[in-house]
Amino acid sequence: MTNVVKRFPGVVALGGVDLDVQSGEVHCLLGQNGAGKSTLIKVLAGVHEPNEGTIEWAGDAVTLHHPQAAMDLGVATMYQELDLVEGLTVAENIFLGHEPTRFGFSQRTSARREAARLLARLGHPEISPAAEVGTLSAASCQIVSMARALSRDAQLIIMDEPSAVLDAGEVAQLFRVIREVTDQGVAVVYISHRLEEIREIGDRVTVLKDGKTVATGLDAKSTPTQELIRLMTGRSIEYVFPPKPEVVVDAEPVLRVEGLSRAGEFGSVSFDVRPGEVVGLAGLVGSGRSEVVETIFGARKPTSGTVSVDGTVVRGGSVAAAVAAGIGLCPEERKSQALVLGASLASNITLATLPRFSRGGLLDGSAEVEAAEELLESLDVRPRGVHRESRTLSGGNQQKVVLARWLLRGCKVLLLDEPTRGVDVGARSEIYALIRRLTDEGVAVVVVSSEIPEVLGLSNRVLVLADRTVRHEGPADELDEHAVLDIILKGDAA
Amino acid sequence: MSADVTKVDQAGEPVAGRAEGDATATPSGPPVGGAAPRKDGGLAGFLSGPAGRNAGLVLALILLVVVGIVTAGDRFASPENALTILRLGSVIGVVSVGMTFVISGGGIDLSVGAIVALSSVWATTVATQTMAANVHWIVMVVAALVVGAVCGLVNGVLIAYGRMAPFIATLAMLAAARGLAEIIAKRRTQIIRDRGFIEFFGGSVLGIPVLVIMFAIVAVVGWVLLNRTTFGRRTLAIGGNPEAARLAGIRVQRQTMYLYILLGVACGIAAVMIMARTTTGTSTHGTLYELDAIAAVVIGGTLLSGGRGTIVGTVLGVLIFTTLTNVFTLNNLDTSTQAVAKGAIIVAAVLLQQRVSRTRSG
Repeated sequence: MTNVVKRFPGVVALGGVDLDVQSGEVHCLLGQNGAGKSTLIKVLAGVHEPNEGTIEWAGDAVTLHHPQAAMDLGVATMYQELDLVEGLTVAENIFLGHEPTRFGFSQRTSARREAARLLARLGHPEISPAAEVGTLSAASCQIVSMARALSRDAQLIIMDEPSAVLDAGEVAQLFRVIREVTDQGVAVVYISHRLEEIREIGDRVTVLKDGKTVATGLDAKSTPTQELIRLMTGRSIEYVFPPKPEVVVDAEPVLRVEGLSRAGEFGSVSFDVRPGEVVGLAGLVGSGRSEVVETIFGARKPTSGTVSVDGTVVRGGSVAAAVAAGIGLCPEERKSQALVLGASLASNITLATLPRFSRGGLLDGSAEVEAAEELLESLDVRPRGVHRESRTLSGGNQQKVVLARWLLRGCKVLLLDEPTRGVDVGARSEIYALIRRLTDEGVAVVVVSSEIPEVLGLSNRVLVLADRTVRHEGPADELDEHAVLDIILKGDAA
Repeated sequence: MSADVTKVDQAGEPVAGRAEGDATATPSGPPVGGAAPRKDGGLAGFLSGPAGRNAGLVLALILLVVVGIVTAGDRFASPENALTILRLGSVIGVVSVGMTFVISGGGIDLSVGAIVALSSVWATTVATQTMAANVHWIVMVVAALVVGAVCGLVNGVLIAYGRMAPFIATLAMLAAARGLAEIIAKRRTQIIRDRGFIEFFGGSVLGIPVLVIMFAIVAVVGWVLLNRTTFGRRTLAIGGNPEAARLAGIRVQRQTMYLYILLGVACGIAAVMIMARTTTGTSTHGTLYELDAIAAVVIGGTLLSGGRGTIVGTVLGVLIFTTLTNVFTLNNLDTSTQAVAKGAIIVAAVLLQQRVSRTRSG
């Protein structure tokens, strides 16, 4: 494929990507979160149609309007979020969409026989084709997904972080299968954050950054790690961060997190945040970052450990208790976790502050509108209009509305999970300035971001998370993007 | 640039109308339909706004009235018949107002008819009536309300804390409550002997039946509760996006439970009303109320998926169905034909609503 461009409203997800994959090779895609890897594979799989650029298959230009079109060509995709139907059996999932039929009746026996053969080939004869997928482990689901790809006689199999849920032995098994299929001429596009894996299984590497190809066709075995990290980092757009807040060193911490753990998600996280300080959590998706802030906020119940605000322990596992203690959260998924999309901006802003506008349960609508209007103005939310439905705003403006909710409440601690995801460049710097304004008022801020420069640029101190534990804690000034990636990738190597 | 004009329609639901679209400022925004119904000035655009939806319902009601006058003449167009329609609609109307809350909050309740039956039976047992005779007929009213509230509490606890699907939990309540009503009443109709009760609720004030006044009060209280209180705002928030509501510090489970209790109490009130109208309590009261109430709520414009609710629309929905029944009855058309017409109206209303939500979500 050459010069593929994919624009989504408000963001350019892919801005010119070139990729060529030869039969029988394992082509690795490398790039930070948000670099466009997932969008790229969705274009290849026919889920998204590119706005520009061409895709060629065996020399002929093709257009993939629909996932079925890609499948017909011989492209099979294993998505990161497994796309299996839990209530169906293993065999039914493998043959979903292309069930062996005779006279319109599905052939259960032959489907099961064929499924068993595929699973055996993958080295997992113990998975029963008749088992319900919902009862299988994550690793087994991965195998089923793989079997599904094989069942289609695919010529190109795209694997989006297939090793994320596998242990070392299972990864070895997966690699054995990959070698087997590539020996038969099948091409594999392999996405992983683990450099070690890429060295082991990959033939060539393409590096994406900010939706563009920065290098393609690198040799997977010999390209130095330093070189790969350099390609992945270094931004084409430099964001301007406001000067960092001065923090009174001996001030009593507002937020104190001690030994916070959640079984299976993260272990023993401890840190303090002082008034006016920004602490950043850096780490890849799946490192436990979001889980940590959601647990601090009480949206998840900690297995052990405590969160205290101004020295008072907050009851764990209760959002209401956290909010009462003065904690606010701007969650990662703005649309599904933060906004009532069909409701007006005003009612979204006052959602956490309703009692303030009520007298004996009756809402003072005009006071509400007035407060919302004031905030929309001071945050420069556009288009204006407190009665506008929040779904009609762009990502950056929606994020401002979520921030406005907690500004109105006057939090002592504000947790920001990916505050600039899906936010365009202009609104980004406004959000950064807003964070700075909050710290000037003495608010303690915790920032989570997949974008390492953002974490470093905003924070006084940084915690680096990898493999669900804190790998490093220290002043942001002493770290650069390189060093953080180094901590993450080295710690992550399987 | 866009000039925002904020208007409040007669129902008090805020309507944001825009003079002109501002595409550059809303890169992720679909062509705005729901928020700016008058942008294109078309009838369809107008009808998709809250005021327009109510206007559409009023139009449908007027159409029915015209049909009534043409086909039944003076028998339809008399003050007595108007009051008959209102009295007939008042019982299901009270249930529908309660149902509006549950549906706006993202739930559903199939057990309302059964709760009405159980409440009416419990309030008219020999024991209750004896006690009422010794104290006051208010005992019967309290009994009905308490039974309704307890049934709603059970529904609410199962759904909010037991994490049961509302459909299943209330289906179970439907079966159980009606069964219990049959057991208590031994499948017999229990006659109300208290003259005071019948005279009070069967009477009129200034020519308006008490039942109609009760419906009016419930509707007004419901409107204020949904549109002007924290309770209503929370209801719409948990219906629109429960996760966002939870992360804004709203106690979603507790609010959900309150909604079912509220509806249970509404069923208790409806039970009192139907007891007054029929002077009986029986396990067959309220049969198929769940369907009538849900239908009235949905054609009124409340989103079945939650997040948007309108009491005015619900009241109009109830009046449309009741007037339809009345017109059909006056023309000696049987109930089967009525049922077919009802079905057609529901389909038409929901199709219209889907078109509206498609323009909203792009």
